[in-house]
Amino acid sequence: MRIEVQGAIKQFGQYRALDQLDLHIPAGEMVAILGPSGCGKTTLLRIIAGLESLDHGMLCFDGVEATHTPVQERRVGFVFQHYALFGHMTIFENVAFGLRLKPRKQRPAESVIRKRVLDLLAMVQLEPVASRYPAQLSGGQRQRIAFARALAAEPRLLLLDEPFGALDARVRHDLRQWLRQMHALVPVTTLFVTHDQTEAVEVAERVVVMKQGRIEQIGTMDELHANPASPFVADFMGGANLFHGRMENGTTRIGEILLESAPFQASVADAASCSPVICIRSHDWQLGRQPNGQRTWHTVVRHLRPSGAVVRLGLESLQGAGSIDVELTREQYDKHRFQPGETVFALPTQVRIFTDAPKGSVVPN
Amino acid sequence: MKRTVHPDGVSLTLGITLFYLGLVVLLPLSLTILKSLQPGPELFWQIFTSPRVLAAFQVSFFSALTAAMINGVLGFLTAWVLVRYPLPGKKILDALVDLPFALPTAVAGITLAALYSPTGWIGSLLARIGIPVAYTPSGIVLALTFIGLPFVVRTVQPVLQAVDGGLEEAAASLGAGRWQTFWRVTLPTLIPAVLTGFTMAFARGLGEYGSVIFIAGNRPFVSEIVPLLIITHLEQYDVIGATALAMIMLAVSFLLLLLINLMQAWMSRRYPV
Repeated sequence: MRIEVQGAIKQFGQYRALDQLDLHIPAGEMVAILGPSGCGKTTLLRIIAGLESLDHGMLCFDGVEATHTPVQERRVGFVFQHYALFGHMTIFENVAFGLRLKPRKQRPAESVIRKRVLDLLAMVQLEPVASRYPAQLSGGQRQRIAFARALAAEPRLLLLDEPFGALDARVRHDLRQWLRQMHALVPVTTLFVTHDQTEAVEVAERVVVMKQGRIEQIGTMDELHANPASPFVADFMGGANLFHGRMENGTTRIGEILLESAPFQASVADAASCSPVICIRSHDWQLGRQPNGQRTWHTVVRHLRPSGAVVRLGLESLQGAGSIDVELTREQYDKHRFQPGETVFALPTQVRIFTDAPKGSVVPN
Repeated sequence: MKRTVHPDGVSLTLGITLFYLGLVVLLPLSLTILKSLQPGPELFWQIFTSPRVLAAFQVSFFSALTAAMINGVLGFLTAWVLVRYPLPGKKILDALVDLPFALPTAVAGITLAALYSPTGWIGSLLARIGIPVAYTPSGIVLALTFIGLPFVVRTVQPVLQAVDGGLEEAAASLGAGRWQTFWRVTLPTLIPAVLTGFTMAFARGLGEYGSVIFIAGNRPFVSEIVPLLIITHLEQYDVIGATALAMIMLAVSFLLLLLINLMQAWMSRRYPV
């Protein structure tokens, strides 16, 4: 099902959870809504589900307005972070719940319900627990049952609110793989909320990044990494160093470091001075023991964290730019084998400068 | 021999608990039992089967049961309102619930009797439409309802507060309307707590004396409760008769409470929350 949200506003007392938000989700996609806590992502999900109502704005499903449709009639499957399974019912009855509620005329025969429930339990690989109670299952199993329950009544839309938030890392990883397979099997439009960007990478086709009740950027994970629309996105995606610089008479400085960024100067020629944010990703650095031209940064190695295929270095600028995270491949690192305390010259290979203007411009260095 | 050491002091706490229960509960009760065994089984049976005693037992159990059932419903409703609705002055309402605990039961009885007697404010209105309350079994039920209300409210309230809001939202997203959600999801989650409150209100109602005697009228075969009968025996220096009655009351109450507890255990095995 296609979803459109237009001019959505939702206010809780002083806190504006959604602020003139527009969103379009094509049918059949698996989309992650990503953002820090308090950005309004759960509110957006709950409004789409019908568990919350909009103060202003409009919500359409497949082009039909659904702003005031009660939750019961929306045919959405909702999966909660804490499973919300019915503790007094067996697993079988939990999954059958949505089917048994249908009005007598639409309700499938008992044998049909039974087959449907057992099929779903087989799909989530939990057939043997049909007669148990939720309290007898592990967290990962419960969440799979919650999925099966949500899918039982054939929803047009599947909404997941931090579905893996209460599980440990190993189970979380398995369930993400599993969710992707599920989506390939049952290609229902799926929206899931998360604050964990690795989760978004592993599961979603597209990612919606939210900040303070608005959408900051939409794109594939690759697009967001390669082309962040704002320092916030760059920072939230991880793996980026943000510096606060000064711009005067067309030159940009961070501390004592001068950034030569000719193409950029032209675009803000009318801004005589401002305070831009400079973003350099942690893998966009070349390190050496010799200065490499005027643009190299003078730094000292503070700490070293080898982790598998990459080595992370914590550098500190000797020119007042603060600390810098650098990620080298094992191969790059083995060439030099820098040690803590050592002075290192760092050359950024790609610098992105954000002024107050919404779009940052790429500066080839 | 190696002694098992419990790091959390289990043996100490267990010892204190057993000593305390023995001193406060078991000792007086076993004395009652011993005393009641003195007259021998025949007299015992004679006392139990006398029509007046049987009638008193009937009044006691049925009024306590009725009151506990009324409280099961109304106490549940009160807890629901206190937890779910944003009311002005809710804190005051919440404090009011505990008043029947704090009030001397005799005060409650006298007040209720004054209100519901044929000349009282409410009693005169009810008498006009032919429903006498004071000095009838309905009066007993009224007093016991007043006394037992806090038990149900105070057991249901915290459980209701802790009900995961997600449960009801999940039911709604699966297509359940308000009533379906209530009957199929919310109520079954709360039933064990309601049953606990009901049991406590019922047990309290069985033993209640102070508030009942003022409003019951205490007519033999109609509105005479067992605790009153026990006091009557004692006032006539018939200690043996009194303890025999007490003994029967104890046995029946214990059986009933055991039954309800077993029911609860069965339910919590079925619905492990």
